[in-house]
Amino acid sequence: MTPIIRLPGLAPLMLAATLAILGVLIVLPLGVVFQQAFAKGFAAYLEPLTQPDALSAIRLTLTVAAISVPLNAVFGVAAAWAVARFEFKGKSLLVTFIDLPFSMSPVVSGLVWVLLFGAQGWFGPWLQEHDVKIIFATSGLVLATVLVTLPFVARELIPLMQDQGADEEAAALTLGAGGFTTFWRVTLPNIKWALLYGVLLCNARAMGEFGAVSVVSGSVRGLTTTLPLHVEVLYNDYEFVGAFAAASILACLGLVTLVIKTLLEWRHSGELSAGRRH
Amino acid sequence: MNFRQVDDTSPSVNALEIKGVSKAFGRFPALKDVSLQARDKEFLALLGPSGSGKTTLLRVLAGLEQPDTGEVRFAGEDFLALPVRRRKVGMVFQHYALFRHMTVAQNIAFGLTVRKRSEKPARSEIADRVAHLLQLVQLEGLEKRFPSQLSGGQRQRVALARALAIEPKMLLLDEPFGALDAQVRRELRRWLRELHDRAGVTTVFVTHDQEEALDLADRVAILKDGELIQLGTPNEVYEHPATPFVFDFLGQACRMPGVVERGRLRVADWESDAPTGAPDGAVDVYFRPDEVTFAPADGAGLAAQVRGVAQRGPDVRIDCLIEGETVELQAHGPTLPPGVTTGLSVRIKPLRPQVYAAG
Repeated sequence: MTPIIRLPGLAPLMLAATLAILGVLIVLPLGVVFQQAFAKGFAAYLEPLTQPDALSAIRLTLTVAAISVPLNAVFGVAAAWAVARFEFKGKSLLVTFIDLPFSMSPVVSGLVWVLLFGAQGWFGPWLQEHDVKIIFATSGLVLATVLVTLPFVARELIPLMQDQGADEEAAALTLGAGGFTTFWRVTLPNIKWALLYGVLLCNARAMGEFGAVSVVSGSVRGLTTTLPLHVEVLYNDYEFVGAFAAASILACLGLVTLVIKTLLEWRHSGELSAGRRH
Repeated sequence: MNFRQVDDTSPSVNALEIKGVSKAFGRFPALKDVSLQARDKEFLALLGPSGSGKTTLLRVLAGLEQPDTGEVRFAGEDFLALPVRRRKVGMVFQHYALFRHMTVAQNIAFGLTVRKRSEKPARSEIADRVAHLLQLVQLEGLEKRFPSQLSGGQRQRVALARALAIEPKMLLLDEPFGALDAQVRRELRRWLRELHDRAGVTTVFVTHDQEEALDLADRVAILKDGELIQLGTPNEVYEHPATPFVFDFLGQACRMPGVVERGRLRVADWESDAPTGAPDGAVDVYFRPDEVTFAPADGAGLAAQVRGVAQRGPDVRIDCLIEGETVELQAHGPTLPPGVTTGLSVRIKPLRPQVYAAG
């Protein structure tokens, strides 16, 4: 047990400050979202959510997350495996690159795709010739989201896999298991909770991403607006109840994520690298 | 009565043959041209300090490392051409490497359940084998536990049972007692030797503890900096260490300069017959601090002045000044001659001095 050291007189002050800041910066805004959403009653709250545009925004958000999260889960496992199990030149460079989306503005993550695949971009003319649409289409949204959420799963798995070492896998091999059997029966079960944790964070970010997505989306209502973009569009059109209703959905998604995340941390803290870092 | 015996007279059936194996990690040479053999059902210890290449050699045998050059054969079969999973070696890792999300029973059964469908035993047969192995390693009743709920000694026994489950042709143990405390270690040592004798497999085990190697193994291979220095029975290597390093590594050592001339060894004012095979000229003389006899000052031996006598349990430590150098000798309390007390001059005769060309 870590001993607790109390600095006389300071503890209540710290606690009060924390609570005040949390209250003003988190609880209050969250309350406002729901207050505004329900300002004109429950019927008025539901009405904008059943609009075709809103429904398609929800559908698009889920679609984008459903494609990009599995992609990043696969990438994360592969990257963590490579980093934790092999020694090769440029490994630290690879780790740095994995982290890049964290340190880079999401706008840049969106813009690179426009520069590559936009009408004036490198591959733009070729894509137009072959009638492939990436920018202002779902595939563009997926690309932007994948790039922004790239580090989540890998970052979660790398320290854990480095910590666990390769001995269990080596043991499985000596016992006659093949590569795939070893992966399914030893590697994956050992990282499953951390993987789930990483996927959860990745998913939260994928559904909430605004910056990168807004660059490639073009905000075509009902076609390329995800929920966060839909909120902005409505807000700019002075449809406050609709904007806040959509925002409340996003907030709920965030709260659900938080609950599952907390449950995971509570039940499986030993198997999460996040638990060890803090 | 059934005494263990190394049968040297039988036509030696070499189960394991390692020829000229070298392995480098980047620029660091981990193994340099190592050649050695292990007989069928032999218990072979790979002994050496850390960085001597002993674990690398073990991993080469398991197939977890591929050597740069050399040959490894087991029962005549080219082992290097076989992938890890086809070698049928049971390996016990230093930290056991138990599957943390599987129960004890699942851990032990793993090697059987991953077999191809055509070779996989029936479920009831697997259960029987697991029960039998649990009994063998004396862990009945713990089959539902997870590795995290076991003590170090129990984990080690699960790792052993898991390795034995595949009926290995060879058992590889990497510092099997490294992570255990001293008392558990001694108990498990004897038990492991019995298990080896009963299982009838060739066993190669890696250790840095010379006492363990000498106590357990049929033969000991001593490695240093990736090279095989000596291979022999525990008695051979202990009584005739090939190099000063081996002498030093296998126990405590006292060193004195000397000269060998015409078959006579001279150390300071003491002269005796040189051991057979001793090189001529300036030599280093090594002897064990407890393999000495004491004589009165007018007797034969090295002139020594006793500087201090300290009783340590059953042993006595005697600090002597020989030729201006302090030498720590050891004796067994009850057998210490009464004349040996602080301040006295005595003569000391090393019983089995080893002589190496001065380096």
